[in-house]
Amino acid sequence: MFLSMNWIKDFVDLSGLDDLKLINQFSLSTAEVENEIQFKGADLSGVVVAEIKSVENHPESKKLHLLKVDIGEEALVDVVCGAPNVRVGMKTAFAKVGAKIGEIEIAPRPLAGFMSCGMCCSEKEIGISDDHAGIMEITDDVKNGTDLKDIYAIDDIIFEVDNKSLTNRPDLWSHYGIAREFAAIAQRPLKALAFDDLSAYDHLPKVDMKIEDPLCQRYSCLQFENISRSVSPVNMRIRLFYCGMRAINFLADMTNYLMLEMGQPMHAFDSRKVENIRIRRFEKEFEFTTLDETERHIDTDTLMICNGDEPVAIAGIMGGLDSEIVEDTNTLTLESATFDATSIRKSTVRLAHRTDASMRYEKSLDPELTVAAIARFVYLLKQYDSGVEVVSALTDDYAYHYPQVTLSFDKAYVDRYTGIRIDNDTIVNTLKRLGFGVENDGDEFTVTVPSWRATKDVTIKADIIEEITRIYGYDNFEIHTANAPLFPTRPEIVKKDEDNVKDILVKHFNLHELHSYVWNYADEFKELGIANEGVIKLKNATNPNIETIRKTMIPTQLCQIKSNLGYAPSYGIFEVGRVVTGMTDDNLCIEEKHLGITLYQKGGNVREQYFKMKAIVETLVDELKHQTVSFKKLAPSFDFEHPVNLNAVMVGDTQIGRIGLIHPSVLKKLDKRASVVFAELDMDKFAAIENASIRYEEPSKFPGIEIDLSFLTSRFAPIAKAIKNASCKLIKGVDVIDIYEAKENASIAVRLTFSDNTRTLTREEVTAVTDAIIADLEKDGILLKK
Amino acid sequence: MKEKLEQLKSQLHAELGAAADLQSLENLRVRYLGKKGSITDLLKGMKSLSHEEKKDFGQRVNALKQQAAESIQKRAEELKALEIKKEIERMPEFDLTIPTKEDRGSYHPITLVQRECERIFTTMGFNVEDYPEVVTDYECFEAVNVPKNHPARDMQDTYYLENGELLKSQTSAAQNAILRKYGPRLMEEGMPIRAIFPGRCFRNEATDATHENTFFQMEGVMVDKDISISNLIYFMKTMLSEVFQKDIKVRLRPGFFPFVEPGFELDISCLICGGETGCPSCNHSGWLELCPCGMIHPEVLKEGGIDPEQYTGFAFGLGLTRLAMMKYGIKDIRDLNSGSLKVMSQFTDDK
Repeated sequence: MFLSMNWIKDFVDLSGLDDLKLINQFSLSTAEVENEIQFKGADLSGVVVAEIKSVENHPESKKLHLLKVDIGEEALVDVVCGAPNVRVGMKTAFAKVGAKIGEIEIAPRPLAGFMSCGMCCSEKEIGISDDHAGIMEITDDVKNGTDLKDIYAIDDIIFEVDNKSLTNRPDLWSHYGIAREFAAIAQRPLKALAFDDLSAYDHLPKVDMKIEDPLCQRYSCLQFENISRSVSPVNMRIRLFYCGMRAINFLADMTNYLMLEMGQPMHAFDSRKVENIRIRRFEKEFEFTTLDETERHIDTDTLMICNGDEPVAIAGIMGGLDSEIVEDTNTLTLESATFDATSIRKSTVRLAHRTDASMRYEKSLDPELTVAAIARFVYLLKQYDSGVEVVSALTDDYAYHYPQVTLSFDKAYVDRYTGIRIDNDTIVNTLKRLGFGVENDGDEFTVTVPSWRATKDVTIKADIIEEITRIYGYDNFEIHTANAPLFPTRPEIVKKDEDNVKDILVKHFNLHELHSYVWNYADEFKELGIANEGVIKLKNATNPNIETIRKTMIPTQLCQIKSNLGYAPSYGIFEVGRVVTGMTDDNLCIEEKHLGITLYQKGGNVREQYFKMKAIVETLVDELKHQTVSFKKLAPSFDFEHPVNLNAVMVGDTQIGRIGLIHPSVLKKLDKRASVVFAELDMDKFAAIENASIRYEEPSKFPGIEIDLSFLTSRFAPIAKAIKNASCKLIKGVDVIDIYEAKENASIAVRLTFSDNTRTLTREEVTAVTDAIIADLEKDGILLKK
Repeated sequence: MKEKLEQLKSQLHAELGAAADLQSLENLRVRYLGKKGSITDLLKGMKSLSHEEKKDFGQRVNALKQQAAESIQKRAEELKALEIKKEIERMPEFDLTIPTKEDRGSYHPITLVQRECERIFTTMGFNVEDYPEVVTDYECFEAVNVPKNHPARDMQDTYYLENGELLKSQTSAAQNAILRKYGPRLMEEGMPIRAIFPGRCFRNEATDATHENTFFQMEGVMVDKDISISNLIYFMKTMLSEVFQKDIKVRLRPGFFPFVEPGFELDISCLICGGETGCPSCNHSGWLELCPCGMIHPEVLKEGGIDPEQYTGFAFGLGLTRLAMMKYGIKDIRDLNSGSLKVMSQFTDDK
């Protein structure tokens, strides 16, 4: 919203104060002011009123005219002018020799063979409107040669307030409301507005009007006729233009002017079209053409202004084309109303049509404004058009009154909440300047909230703290630390584990942490031949690629592998992210925090990759929980999983995740010559694993014995079993030292380390153990390799 | 015989000088002093001499033998030193301008920034909390005083799920749970509630270089008896100075957020120009809008089981994504979720 300092100064005397400092203070105390402040008229000087005394056509140009103009000096001035609307007797804005318009300094110069000593200006050139069709026409009775700035308020400072910072302040959508803030900031009195006395029309007939719907909180209207003026006064047009509105005609400009001044949207109907005003919703949907000549769909929730049963306007949003003021309109009905804020907001969303009026209604306008705005409207109307006649009594239905808000608090509360000492006088003065009623008995305060702040904004005593402190100024706060007793912080295990897991994966295994989205990448999945699978979808997805919440992290990672194919011949990625794996009985999502790891190698040995992943998983569990991992065959539950080598990652009896290969049909689409292995762990289950802590064993001081045995088998499990069966406490280490993979004569070599803490072992006792192991394996048909 | 001895002596002397390496020196030693060596041979040739002659000659041969052994040993030391010298000379100087490439993993930049913030808060006695991404309407809105008809609850801003739950649009969704978790210790033991909760948030909006539908925030709360606006400003200034590793000026402006009262927009002095002059990065204002904060709304405390007449508190929300972008100069917010290793592999660590 654009604001004019001139307009604000109509209501509060700010003389002697620095405008820019005040605006900055406003930004810190009330609402955010956008960075760029406009100094209107600053680059304009030497433009005066001139009267055209003669007009001659240029001998060679069809467009150009040769004028002689009177600028209040003895001699007339010759000027060459290209505007189409020049005529003798017309008064216009004239830039004299030496005048400045923006970057241009006016100097005498030959133009198409004639000397031109100045320039007739359009309103756009002066910067007071966007009208560039012809030169400005001045109809006011002013002396030739008068500086334009002496008669029109061209000089002004315009600043813009971020609308978003006004969402909770319906009172600030007007110059008067903003002026109240300036008055409080500057500690100057706020002037009262001048009103027409509407009680003078009480004897006149009332308008036939009835609120038939609780969504209309208040509806006030008044009829008048004989408006002779069609073009608004220049100063009014300048203000509207500076504040971002186009001048249309006097009546439309007046309603806009009132809206910008008091914040109350108004609408003028042709009285013939609104003989029986009814405010209601309809039971059926229909199409309605608004005055911007657009057909809009009205549903059963949209509040309408009607003439009997005939809709004539969308309440609070826009009038209808059919009830618009036309050439022969004589009697006008002025509407000034308040509607339910939520209803208006929802209607604008449904209609996808936001207007200056609806923007204000959305904020919960003060219903007290409606009649005041009419009184102000009539006051100004009479100033500008003395022939106007009011022809009805004020007709006002005040259906919904907001409750009066009164709040009590004491000085101790203010001290405690602010942490500083603000004296009672400052509290009282600040609140009074903002329009609050204040009574205090020593340190006890009772505050009455003004109607314009009581529609939703100020409801509790903490709100009063804000009023006091923002005007006091946060920059003026003395700041100090809190006194808090000491207590240790206790990190959550799941959080700690997550951090450590990341460190191990990055520092030890050189993996890369990537982030992704929580939904399936439907398009990319399709390219890889992975089903868009999930247990729940977004209700309001705008894009099918953002719809299904993922059930597993891995397909997302496969997409990431695909998009990073050229990055390096071998790499691994991981992410700790969320998945939804199911629904509870109460139909709530079961969200799990998963660690997804995917290893990629161009070409490569898939078995090696798989064992690398196995090592990663074992390392994580060993490092953080000091537990051993076992693996258990799993049947695939997703289509991207290879049915062979899919294993559950077990710690004790708990499955904490799974490890597997990519299904060949997916892998072919990803990179057919690559080895890709994945693991997915449930971080909450991981965190829940008991930490077995490090088991320290003092190393033996006696030499140990190492025995290497090679067995003709391709499977280690039976060997492990036989070693376990031997249940020999002397065995301190079992290492696989060689694997020979082949169709025939496959073998595995193990090295057994024997030692004892109290003595040196004999070869015989060790051989007895290995012989037992060999014999045990022989029974299973596994022979020692000779 | 004597002549032979003298001859051998001078011959040895000459040959010692010629032995250029340890191997030829060893050969020489064997030739003279070995079992069949020429000096040993001299002794064998003594049989024909008389007892007196034997004694005299034997002494001389032994003297020669010892002399020879010493000379060889000396020569050996010389040669060893020479070889070390040669070895040193053989060592080329390395060209350290040749680049190295060690395979390293990388963290997501959000992780780095988040850890740094967590570290700072932990030192100030804050607990770090974790919270789900799917939350209920109650957690995200109702419990934090966002009324039923508030625009933030409109469909277009929040991702709603088919079952009525939603993807949390703000980390404030965790506030109620935090208050309930620590409230009892506050009331029973006087332990102030101090917690931060970083997390992923979601907004249903179109993405571009500065807008993402998925981003990270970090929310913090502190509740105790007599927590004041003055404490809040002090805390924010201290904390942000720590985050940016320099003395930061802060300024508060009124800001409207339903879960705080009063609510503020907090600006910090521009990190580039220091706020004095204004520069392009602060849009010539000298200030950067950084994070919303405020005193926790009494209704939010009440809903969290805490009596607002007895306790007060402040809350703030830091945009971790924004911090990461500021810190590393990441221009396109979408890079963060792009999964591009070319981008992400650069963030190896930042301790």
